[in-house]
Amino acid sequence: MNESSATHAELSETFNRDEERVDWHDETLWWIRAKRDKAAWQLPEWETLRETASQIKDHVLGNLHDYLLQFEKNARLNGISVHWASNAEEHNKLVLDILQRNGAERMIKSKSMLTEECHLNEYLSQHSIEVIDTDLGERIVQLAEETPSHIVLPCIHKKKEEIGALFHTHLETPEGNADPQFLTHAARLHLREKFLTRKIAITGVNFAVAETGEFVVCTNEGNADMGAHLADVHIACMGIEKIIPQRRHLGVFLRLLARSATGQPITTYSSHFSKPRPGQQMHIILVDNGRTNQLGREDFRNSLKCIRCGACMNTCPVYRRSGGHSYHNAISGPIGAILAPNLDMKKFADLPFASTLCGSCSNVCPVKIDIHNQLYKWRQVLTKEGYSPASKTVAMKAMATTLSKPSLFKSAGKAGRWFMRTMPWLVSNKLNPWYKQRDMPDPPKQSFADWYRKNRK
Amino acid sequence: MNVGLFIPCYVNQFYPQVGIASLELLEKLGCQVQFPLNQTCCGQPMANSGYEHLTQSCNELFVKNFAQYDYIVCPSGSCTLHIKDHLHDTNNELAAQGIRKKIYELTEFITDVLKVKDIPARFPHRVGMHQSCHGQRGLHISQMTELVAAPFSKPVSLLSKVDGLQLIQLDRPDECCGFGGTFCVAEEAVSAKMGKDRVADHIRQGVEYITGVDMSCLMHLEGILKRQKSPVKVVHIAEILNKNV
Repeated sequence: MNESSATHAELSETFNRDEERVDWHDETLWWIRAKRDKAAWQLPEWETLRETASQIKDHVLGNLHDYLLQFEKNARLNGISVHWASNAEEHNKLVLDILQRNGAERMIKSKSMLTEECHLNEYLSQHSIEVIDTDLGERIVQLAEETPSHIVLPCIHKKKEEIGALFHTHLETPEGNADPQFLTHAARLHLREKFLTRKIAITGVNFAVAETGEFVVCTNEGNADMGAHLADVHIACMGIEKIIPQRRHLGVFLRLLARSATGQPITTYSSHFSKPRPGQQMHIILVDNGRTNQLGREDFRNSLKCIRCGACMNTCPVYRRSGGHSYHNAISGPIGAILAPNLDMKKFADLPFASTLCGSCSNVCPVKIDIHNQLYKWRQVLTKEGYSPASKTVAMKAMATTLSKPSLFKSAGKAGRWFMRTMPWLVSNKLNPWYKQRDMPDPPKQSFADWYRKNRK
Repeated sequence: MNVGLFIPCYVNQFYPQVGIASLELLEKLGCQVQFPLNQTCCGQPMANSGYEHLTQSCNELFVKNFAQYDYIVCPSGSCTLHIKDHLHDTNNELAAQGIRKKIYELTEFITDVLKVKDIPARFPHRVGMHQSCHGQRGLHISQMTELVAAPFSKPVSLLSKVDGLQLIQLDRPDECCGFGGTFCVAEEAVSAKMGKDRVADHIRQGVEYITGVDMSCLMHLEGILKRQKSPVKVVHIAEILNKNV
């Protein structure tokens, strides 16, 4: 919807023009990070849980083929129709086909980042299908004609006053009412009518259990359950990496997911769907969309361990001060920055550079993805593949030459100090991005090397 | 013991007093210290920008300068981490591997190798400690707040031995300052905002000085402090530990 060709640096520069909003965004997400810390500290086995989850996911990725076939077989035995989609387009067509076969022109959908990744809403609306998102945050961004800015908290960029205004326009709530409880009630009445009248419901999938052919959907609002239980047709869309081997492994993942995401011990609803009720159709669409390609990239394959908790976003000091939309991708933040280039290197070449490589993301990740190392590695790949500006390459080559020749380095250093001491305006001007909000260091009279030659040699 | 002192390129050029303090401190603690005069840089500015493939000659120079020492000590967590993670030399990989193992950030060298009990220094001021990310999360010189694990900090354990020094607690003890190498200019808006927020946390606690193990973070914070005409100063931890009683 509002994806543009602007870079993260440009989009976050715009976001930072309203400093008060940046502060609010930062503090809101930091508060969630703090809740996550508190929840984690209540489990002495937290780090063991992370390690266990990481190993289970590594095992799944190493045996994905077998587990997917096992899941397909068991799901079919349960009476679920299983479909395979190699990319977003195939996924969207499969959904449309199911809708058309059932003569439906409207449907409801609970939260699914996969359908965001596939741009399903856009595709369906182009085919005159009405989609109503039933997750409150997603409904809000849908009414605002925006995309989610966060995978767990889709409208975290919006203040309650803005939501009040949006509801006034679309749901006829009184003007100026921004009371969260009141607005939530209005949304509930609005959505209840949709739940009762739509016959087709899409949900995402948090975990698909190979051994039983069932899948688990986690929500706090119960909207996935309400949708799926009332609908004649339930379509569940999942990325192929969502497989876990056995039901008992949920004991690891469900404990990690909500604590990492919001600091809750568990999601309010963790619902198991194993077979359609009599008369109901249940479909599951297994989507690749670049995942097997990522699986083949040794340095980046373990990004597929992600369980979409959003903890890396909440802790990321850059994300908190950029806003999710600055990442111009369905999945924002640190995890988005290592997943996106796999889909389109040219379009997302800026994202691995939207980080200080501080490493906080890797530390909160419940499945121990080495996110910051992968950001570093993507930088190398993108540069080698030619997605770096030519001017940067020239500058880097000059720097490499200077730094590999001590004699050149000494004169370059002297020149730099000479410029700063005698003509500071040459450096301290508006063309130098450093100087926009920061002063330059005072130039010293001598370098350390000069001092050393005089005092120790 | 024979110590090769590795001074980051920008410290050599802009903050000679940090190099002097590091050298004098190590000498005071009984080390034989040499500063190889042909050293330049660890190569991180290129590598973090996506040009690690251009760092080969920089690496070779580093190996040539430092292979001979028992230990290599550097007053920067970030440069030390880069060498530990990325120093390779196809012509002399054994030497490169040796350097990766025997390079230390200054405070971890003092606590882990020299195992110093006392620091004869005095610094009667309110000080805030900036935990630079590469030293903390990369070299693990301090525990990280994200982990459910017992807290510790090598630089803080040294500061606690300094006479008169009052260490203050921050609201966010280990948030990144936003320097990030070329990030500081490529992502100027976010970088500067992160720096402003870090500075504000220290100022809220009423510090007189902000210290840390990485001058790059401190240079960034200093740039913001000076622009704000703040009386708060930055000081590298080596300068504090070298302040005579």
